[in-house]
Formats: sequence, C-alpha cells, structure tokens
Amino acid sequence: MTARTIHFTLNGAPVTADIKPHHNLVELLQTHFGLTGARESCGQGLCGCCTVLVDGRAVSGCLFLAVRIDGTEVVTIEGLDAGGKLNPMQEAFVETGAFQCGYCTPGFILMANQLLDAHPDPDDDQIRHYLSGNLCRCAAYPQIIDAVKLAAKKRKTIAA
Amino acid sequence: MSIIMDVMKTAVRLAPGSWLPGGTPDPLMNKHGLIGKPASRIDGPLKVQGKARFAAEVSLPGLVYASLLYSTIARGRIATLETAEAEAAPGVALVMTYRNAPRMAPPPLMMSAPKAAGASGLPIMQDAEIRWNGQPVALVLAQTQEQADHAVSLIRVTYAVAPAVTSFDAAKAKARTPENILGEPSSIEIGDAEKALKDAAFKVDLIYRTPRHNHNAIELHAATVAWNGDQLTVHDATQMVNGTAWTLAQVFGVKEEQVRVLSPYVGGGFGGKGLGDHQILAIAASRLSGRPVRILLSREGVYRVVGGRTTTEQRVALGAKPDGTLAALIHTGVAATPTRNVCPEQFSFPARHLYAANAIKVAQQVTDMDMLANIFMRAPGESVGTYALECAIDELAEAMQLDPIELRRRIEPEKDPTSGTPFSSRHLVEAYRHGAERFGWDRRDPTPRSRREGEWLIGMGCATATYPYYRMPGGAARIRLTADGRAIVQMASHEMGMGTATVQAQHAAERLGLEYEKVSFEYGDTSLPSGTLAGGSSQTASIAAAIIAVSEVLTKELLKLAGNDSPLAGLKPDEVEARDGGLCHVDEPGRFESYVSILKRAHRDELVCEAEAPQPFEMWKYSMHSYGAQFCEVRVNAVTGEIRVSRFLGSFDCGRILNAKTATSQFKGGIIMGLGLALSEETLFDERSGRIMNPSLAEYHVPVHMDVPAIEVIWTDIPDPHSPLGAHGIGEIGITGVGAAVANAVYNATGKRIRELPITLDKLL
Ligand code: FES
Ligand code: FES
Repeated sequence: MTARTIHFTLNGAPVTADIKPHHNLVELLQTHFGLTGARESCGQGLCGCCTVLVDGRAVSGCLFLAVRIDGTEVVTIEGLDAGGKLNPMQEAFVETGAFQCGYCTPGFILMANQLLDAHPDPDDDQIRHYLSGNLCRCAAYPQIIDAVKLAAKKRKTIAA
Repeated sequence: MSIIMDVMKTAVRLAPGSWLPGGTPDPLMNKHGLIGKPASRIDGPLKVQGKARFAAEVSLPGLVYASLLYSTIARGRIATLETAEAEAAPGVALVMTYRNAPRMAPPPLMMSAPKAAGASGLPIMQDAEIRWNGQPVALVLAQTQEQADHAVSLIRVTYAVAPAVTSFDAAKAKARTPENILGEPSSIEIGDAEKALKDAAFKVDLIYRTPRHNHNAIELHAATVAWNGDQLTVHDATQMVNGTAWTLAQVFGVKEEQVRVLSPYVGGGFGGKGLGDHQILAIAASRLSGRPVRILLSREGVYRVVGGRTTTEQRVALGAKPDGTLAALIHTGVAATPTRNVCPEQFSFPARHLYAANAIKVAQQVTDMDMLANIFMRAPGESVGTYALECAIDELAEAMQLDPIELRRRIEPEKDPTSGTPFSSRHLVEAYRHGAERFGWDRRDPTPRSRREGEWLIGMGCATATYPYYRMPGGAARIRLTADGRAIVQMASHEMGMGTATVQAQHAAERLGLEYEKVSFEYGDTSLPSGTLAGGSSQTASIAAAIIAVSEVLTKELLKLAGNDSPLAGLKPDEVEARDGGLCHVDEPGRFESYVSILKRAHRDELVCEAEAPQPFEMWKYSMHSYGAQFCEVRVNAVTGEIRVSRFLGSFDCGRILNAKTATSQFKGGIIMGLGLALSEETLFDERSGRIMNPSLAEYHVPVHMDVPAIEVIWTDIPDPHSPLGAHGIGEIGITGVGAAVANAVYNATGKRIRELPITLDKLL
C-alpha cells in the first residue's frame, strides 16, 4: 500500500504527515506527533477513550481513518488549554474529582465539551445519555455529572 | 514456620495493646486540619491535559513493538510450529517461541516469599507444553505494532491435544481442601452447626452461584522495557513495583537492585495490574533482540493472559432461634481454580467475622482445572461471599417475619465470632441506623410486589458490606526536609487513581506541621525506599505507618541538630510537637524553632531520614474490618423484566476518612462496579474448550453512565484507635454487599429470589 501525504491543522498548527490508507487517527497522533492523550482501549468504538475532535466533531480515533482528516482541523486533549491555562471543563474535572486513574479523562472532556456546545444547560439524564458512549471503569460517573454542570456554570460566567 | 507464627500471634493477642508498636492511638486521628479535607487530586491538571504518560506512552530510542500469539487449546503440546513466514515479514526483528526463548526460572508464586509476585508459578515459554487456553505460544517483535500483529498472523501452530479439565461441574466433583486460604484456615468449625441447623426454629439452606469477572481497567496492560547490560528498566502498569522488581530478578537471574520498575501512573488496576506473562515475555524478547521493547496487550490479549475473579458455588445455611439469634451459621463452597494459584476467591471470609452464632461452620474448597490463573479482583471473595451470605440473611429475616436490619442487630457479635479477638472499631449497627434513616427504609413494604407504578415494580433491599483491614509489612519511607522548609516524602508506592499522593501529602503536612503546598509525595519507582503493594485496601495504612515512623526519626534528628542554642535545647522527642513549620514544646508555645532556622544554624541544605514501618501486629491483636450498610431501590419492568437501579445509598464505617473527595470517589466507584457484578458482568468461559468467549468490551458489559443512578454515600468517620490515622482501607469495601442489596431489592419488587449472578432479565421472566 502506498503512503499518502495529508495536510491538516493539529491543535492550531498546520501539519503534514505521510500515512498508509488503513491507518487510524490514534496511530497517526501517537506515532507521528507523539500525542498520547487519545488512547486505544477497546479498539471497537465502544469506550470513547480515543476521542478526538475533527472539525469540531467528536470522533472515535480508533475507527477513524487517518486519511479522512486531510484538510480538516483536528483538536486533541493536548490542544484544549490555552498555553497551560486549563479550559473550564478541564478545571471542572479537577475540582469535582471527576476521575480516578485519569486514563479515560481526555475522551470524557472532549465529549463533554461537545455536549455543552449542543446543550448549554443539561440535566443529569441528558448528561448520562450523552456520555454513555464513554466508559470509565473507575466509575467516576457521578462526579462527571457534577463536573459537566460546573463547567456549564463556568462557561456562562466567562460569556457574561 | 507456621508454629512460630502461631506462637507469635498468641503472644500478641495476650499482650496489652499499649505494648505494641503504635499501641497508643495516633494523635492525628482526631485532628481536624488537613486530614479529612476534600483536597483535589495533585495529579489532576496533568491528567486532564492528557500529559500523564502511562506505561505504553514512554518513548525510548530504537523501540520495537511486541505482539503475542495465544494457544487455542487448553491442554496438550505444540506439535508443529512454523515461523519462517513471520520471520521474513516486513519489519520483523524477532520471533520468539519456546525454542529460542532465553532460559528463565518460573516467577515465584505470590505469597511464597515476601515479594513474590507470580500469579501461577508456571514456566513461561520454556517448553512445548500448553497449560491453558490462551497461553502465549509465540511473540513477535517488529518496527511497528502493525507489522508485529501482521507477522503473528503468519505463524502456523498445530497441537497434540490432551484431555483437559475445563468443566467446573466435573472439577467440583473432585474439589479439594487447600492447606490454607490466604494464610487463614480453609475450614473452621465451632460446635455442631449441622445439628444446630436441623434443630433450629427457623432455617434457610441455599445455594448461590457467581460467575467469572474481568477487571477491564480502561488502560490495557502494557510495559516498555529496556536492558542496559544486566541492568533492566521496566516502565510498567503495576500495583506492585517492588514485588515485580524482586520477582523479575529471580526470573532473569539478576540482582533485585539491577531491576528498576517505574509506574507513576496506572490506568486502573482493581487487582489486575500485577506481574503477568506479558511483561516477562517482553523482557525476554528485549534481552534476545538487544532492543527496547513495548508490549501493549489488545483487549482480547488481556482476557487471554490476565485472569480475574473466578466462578463460585456457595452454600449458606442459617438456623435461628425464636428470639432472632443464630443457632447455626454455615457458609461452604467451591471456587474454580487451576492447580497452581493463590487466588481462591475467599468467599467464606465475611462469615468468619460478621455475625454471632452458637455454632459456625465455614469451609472453602478449590479445584484443579486447566485454566488461566485467577487474579485478585476488587474485594476478591468478599464481593461474592457477601452476595450469598447477605441474600441468605434476607431470606431468613423473611422466614422469621423480621425486618432484615433488626435481624442483623440481633446477631451483632460482641467479639470476633471465630477468632475470639476484640473488634478494634466496629459501628455497623450505627451505619445501618444512619443509612436507613437517610434512605427512607421505613417506606419499604416487606411484602414483595406491593409497590407498583404503571409497568414498574419497585422494591428496596439492603445488605452488609465488609472488608478486612490490612496493613502490609516491609514498607519504608524517606523524608527530605530542605533548607527552604519543604518536605519531600518518598516511598515506592502506587497511584492507580485512589488518591495516594494527594492523601499522603495531606497526611505528611499535618504530621510535620507544614503547609500542604510545601509537601510533595514521590512514589511509583523502585529507586525510592521500598513500598508495599497496592492491594487488599492496605496501601494507605501501610504508607501512613511508614510516614509516622520516619517522622519520629526526623524529630529526633532535628532536636540533635538544633543543639544548645535553640529554644528547643534539652527537649526530648515526646516533649515536642510539630506545628507551624517547626517544632514546639507541647506546653510552652514560646519554645519554638522553625525547620528553616534549625537547618540554617546547622548549615545544612537538607535533612534526610528514612525508617521502616513497624510490623502490623494490630491485625493479630484485634479483629479489624471496614463495614458498611448498602441500600438499594430497584424498578423492575413487569412486562419485560428490565431492571433499573433507581437509588443507591452506602453508609460506611471505615475509621477516619482522610480526604472526603477521593473517598467519595472510591466508595461510589466500588458501588458502581458492584452494580455491574449484580446486573451485567460475566466472563463467559466455554466449559468444553476452556476458552473465554467474550474477550471484549462489546460482550462483557461494564456499567455505563446510563446504568448509574443517583448514589449517596455517608460515613461514621469514627477513628479506629489502633490504626495509623485511625483509618481503614476503603478501596474495596464499596463493591461488597452490593450484589445482595440489589438481589434483595429485586425480590422485594418482584417476589423472585435470584440466586445466580448476574441478575439478568431472562431470570425474572
Ligand atoms: S478505543 Fe476507540 S472507542 Fe474504544
Ligand atoms: S478515571 Fe479511570 S477509567 Fe475513568
């Protein structure tokens, strides 16, 4: 299989990579760019551990062919903070204790951000439903609900 | 050996408590400063930025990637093995099989030596023998993971199949009584329990079954390893860095000091992150190829080589007198085990310590099956043992027309029912009282099927949670007190998400009278003073005891260093206390000197002290356990049988709670894993072939967000006067009792007793 060259924006910077057509997004980020926040756990699109934003949409990097990001804007967990200043969702996750081991956390944070983009004021059931594609075996689920609500507040304060 | 131990145990039991090391209560146990504060996780910012590097994320120059091939039979020999095609595949650096693997000693079996970490003690890739379905038969190293995986698919193996014992039913018939169960007697008989049962006014005699479970930590098992001459470095995902280093040294014939294991972040363990075949094979391949190696198991790979909780069949028989006390308590049964294994699923442990009865019989057996070695999984034994015992208690209460909490109050023992030792701290009745009030237990109608909303039948259930207090011997801590008044505490311990570093920084700051921000805790590296394993909910107490020991040494050294010009001159260690960044006379606040000042006058950049924790004699002197009362409300659909847990409350009695935020997370996380145990989790084992049939998150159902209702946790917060900080372990207690609380609620809702986990809807229809 011949390699293809793709161009895209990665966390704000224009980048290029030579990849094979069957490589997935997680492989690309890990092996070409040393970004390990998106990680594979199930490899089947079930756990959300590999979540990455492509043109603002959360995708499962384990099932997403890297060639398809040609020309897109890709944001990973590493690109969420503004020069070390945590984004409101990241802050909220720390303050509410919304993780234990933190392995699933990048995926949850990206997905939860997308949730707030769609529903700025979600109730518990909306949160549960929206985030049911992300698994947390440490089961910080109750605190994740708290985190999403806290982040919603933080966002509003910033907007006001 | 065991005679000496018995004599020592008896001596400790007879000795006055104040004679024991740490025999007087820890002065910090009642102090409300940093201890108990809901401090946020120290490693939080790193983790939310995706910057914490886990074992498979450490980069090394020249790294090659490993992939494993697993056997597809349970017992027999490799007949033919063709590797030429794989060897010639692109990027391949090595194909390793039993033919060319370096000679390695089997990893010493856990508990056979203080730091032994082997799960089965079987030889690893040393011969053509197959001992379980899923055993690694070949390993490939290649330049990329993809190339390694591809080359593995090109290896051709045929087997000479031998008869295998893979059916639990067949193995059960030949079950045997092991010498001991984790050092405890396999069976205990007090009085004639069978006769007492026969004569009892009320009785139940029931069989419960529980399936296999897998940990399914979200982080896959991984290691990045490199040899430098005879020096080995292992970046591992492990709950036992020191045990791993020592055991690897035995396997590879090097000295323990030549092995360095680092594991600063572990993406969930739950008992499953120990030393398995995968690390050993990766290290062997690294030695053979001369290259650093990364091994990252696939999800299926984890199921093939890392065992979990095993299946059990348990009998619980209870006989009660008319006054509601127990005449007989019987808890016996069998757990599926391979011949060589130390994880017998100690389901009979709760019954040994929980309730008073005139006659008691507990007995546990194991089997000799051809299967992957079991590995401890969160509250091994207690989680499934409380399911059986606490369901039976509920059934007995019903037979007696007694409220199940009232029954438990009547059988509350005064001292440990089997060991006879006093309880160090037990407030189970109180935990029930608080929990019942808060949950609204008085709204429960004891008659099943009496509450209904449309299609939904609603029921409530409760059950006792219990898990032993353990403190592991052998840990040491070091404190580096620096001239700017900061302290770095070092101990080779583990952070899998429990909050270890955060809580121990809180502890050390309080102990040394320093601000929280001035203390850091370093862990997860065998180059630090030796720690103990993160298992048995023991780590917090084990580290705390070592920090207490080193703090005492530090105080002595500081007083020496302070000398005659200090306001502290002439004071003895027990006349001073740590506060405000220095030492102070206990009664004369004016006699104070800060650490900064002491070090400055002595022209020292730092003061470094190290000390080992005293032996955990408190465990022999007292019966020490964490307790809880679990309350569950379920809604069961009368048409479809669908079960939804609608409310859950855990009321815990676990000594002093050290950090309200991380503790809440541990309790709730345990309860949620318990909901999985109750309702959805099951590793399917093919009884004909011994193969695990659902090695994926698609077919093994861990709880997801939608499965988790509002959960409340409360605690007594009563310190145990005999443990460091007055604390008990809290990592495992949360899962115990949950299976029974759910099953009892399901009964209350539907009138159906489900005596086999998981409680799936087909069992209700
Ligand atoms: S690894 Fe991609 S969804 Fe699980
Ligand atoms: S925090 Fe460990 S898996 Fe979510």
